[in-house]
Amino acid sequence: MTAEAVVTEGLQKVFQGGLVAVDHLDLTIHRGEVFGLLGPNGSGKTTTIRMLCGLLTPTAGRATVVGHDVERESELIRTKIGYMSQRYGLYDDLTVYENLRFYATVYGLHGRLRAERLEKHMDEIGLSPLRTQLAGTLSGGWKQRLALACATAHEPEMLFLDEPTAGVDPAARRAFWKSIYELAAHGTTILVTTHYMDEAERCQRLAFLSRGHLIGLGTVQEILAQFKQPTIEDVFIELQRRDEGAAA
Amino acid sequence: MNLITRIREARFWPMLWKEFIQMRRDRLTFAVMTGLPAIQLVLFGYAIQTDVRHLKTVVLDESRTAESRALVAVMINTGNFDLVGAVADRTAMRDAIESGAASAALVIPPDYERNIKRGKTAEAQIIVDAADPQSSSSAIAGAQLAALARGATIIAGRYRAPPPIDMRVRPWYNPEQRSAVFIVPGVIGILLTLTMTLITSTAIVRERERGTLEQLIVTPIGKPSLMLGKLVPFALVGYVQMTVVMALGVLIFRIPTVGSVPLLYLLTVPFIVASLGVGLLISTIARNQVQAMQFGFFFMLPNILLSGYVFPRVAMPLPAQWVGLLLPLTYYLNILRGILLKGTGIAQLWRPTLALTVFAVVLFAVSVRRFSKTIE
Repeated sequence: MTAEAVVTEGLQKVFQGGLVAVDHLDLTIHRGEVFGLLGPNGSGKTTTIRMLCGLLTPTAGRATVVGHDVERESELIRTKIGYMSQRYGLYDDLTVYENLRFYATVYGLHGRLRAERLEKHMDEIGLSPLRTQLAGTLSGGWKQRLALACATAHEPEMLFLDEPTAGVDPAARRAFWKSIYELAAHGTTILVTTHYMDEAERCQRLAFLSRGHLIGLGTVQEILAQFKQPTIEDVFIELQRRDEGAAA
Repeated sequence: MNLITRIREARFWPMLWKEFIQMRRDRLTFAVMTGLPAIQLVLFGYAIQTDVRHLKTVVLDESRTAESRALVAVMINTGNFDLVGAVADRTAMRDAIESGAASAALVIPPDYERNIKRGKTAEAQIIVDAADPQSSSSAIAGAQLAALARGATIIAGRYRAPPPIDMRVRPWYNPEQRSAVFIVPGVIGILLTLTMTLITSTAIVRERERGTLEQLIVTPIGKPSLMLGKLVPFALVGYVQMTVVMALGVLIFRIPTVGSVPLLYLLTVPFIVASLGVGLLISTIARNQVQAMQFGFFFMLPNILLSGYVFPRVAMPLPAQWVGLLLPLTYYLNILRGILLKGTGIAQLWRPTLALTVFAVVLFAVSVRRFSKTIE
């Protein structure tokens, strides 16, 4: 295993029409970390994740994920990462079990290993009683759990979560974070974006993005000390205010 | 890893498996794919009769002689006219046509036989409801032919010599001139076009709309498996539809299958690939399922009207014929009818086959390129 989970150097994405979504981003995420990426809407969080997952090609700069270059070795990266977006990517017209089975097979699991892994995952997250239910008829919280199970059935080295808890109730969010910590305890590196500050405070390290560039980085304590604010939410608002002032 | 394991564990299979489950559960798609062949067959096989035969006919025979009855018999024997009754006078005849009880009337004046016997020209009249020119034209032509034939017989009898010319018309490949024989092979082509373009593009756009396409791209599935897994199920469905329509065509409509059916299945490959290319292309243009549907129907329209499916291409103005040449279906219909009705082989069908192959290569290459860009 190589040292760092994610390294970006001067990573940039300019969309057609000249919008600079991500501007010279330098970021390092260590193995086994739960890393939070924060910032207002349109700050470049999703674009960054999409570049790291190989969904978008960087305009400039370079990035490695679990030791592989995102442009040249994206196929290799895809076997080692999991990705869960706000939209979940579930097939509404497949059952819980069929969704899991489909993604597990796409990730290369077959035969007895697949069967065992699926049973284990369904037991762990409590989906076993719902195995024959269509995914489209699940509640938001259960969909979220199923999406996480689909994204981690192949036990990836690194997990990208793009606003995974948007629109689910507090109990489901708490259960979801419990699962995240369990994954991290087993050595999975996790990159998560969120708008909930209580979730941000659960991350080991945080990065603040505004208008595509990095405006703050560190542990929760470091960031609170650095910006002399009582809570992460205050830091967030203060940083955004400063950055928008600089832009004007 | 040996080859068998590689094939068995190819990431294409889960796509195929998933696609068939979805097809079965999506009631609308399932209904369109299974119900449409049936409806199309019945509609186009039974309802659309471009050849109008058996016009209901009344006879106003004022001659009431052996000669006049012979003329009526000749007319009925053409198969274009069905005798539904006799009328006593012109008012009754007009009533019959106006009420729709009859579409044609044969009028034989009192002096009909007398004139023939005197060697004069005997007059008779056939009145046809020609409000719809298409339905009356073949009846009119049939009536004229019947009269000529009867005339020739009378002259031959008069001079005690055989008729000077005996013209025998032989309508090859469709001797009874039934339009179902012409239409039903076309239904196969129309159905395949529908499944490959409209249904396929909607299914792909649905994946993009629901975010599952994005989810798939971050998996190690790879573009070829992704695309094949999305397209092959519809190609298989297409072959099933084709087989069902052909079987029903043979059983219900007595469609001949003169030529080689395996050859037909083979030459269907370039058509399916070309049509899947169109479907994939639509999926890269349409932003949502509704748009994909609209593009699909927009593409279906010229296919139905200009490919020669119902309306003969030779009867179209030149620009319409040129547009028809841009549709893969035009060539595929040549192949379908050629093989099924005429028993033509590859030697006679190389032109449409070549055209379809060019369509397949170009359309598929362009759409795969475009599709690849959209998933980057």
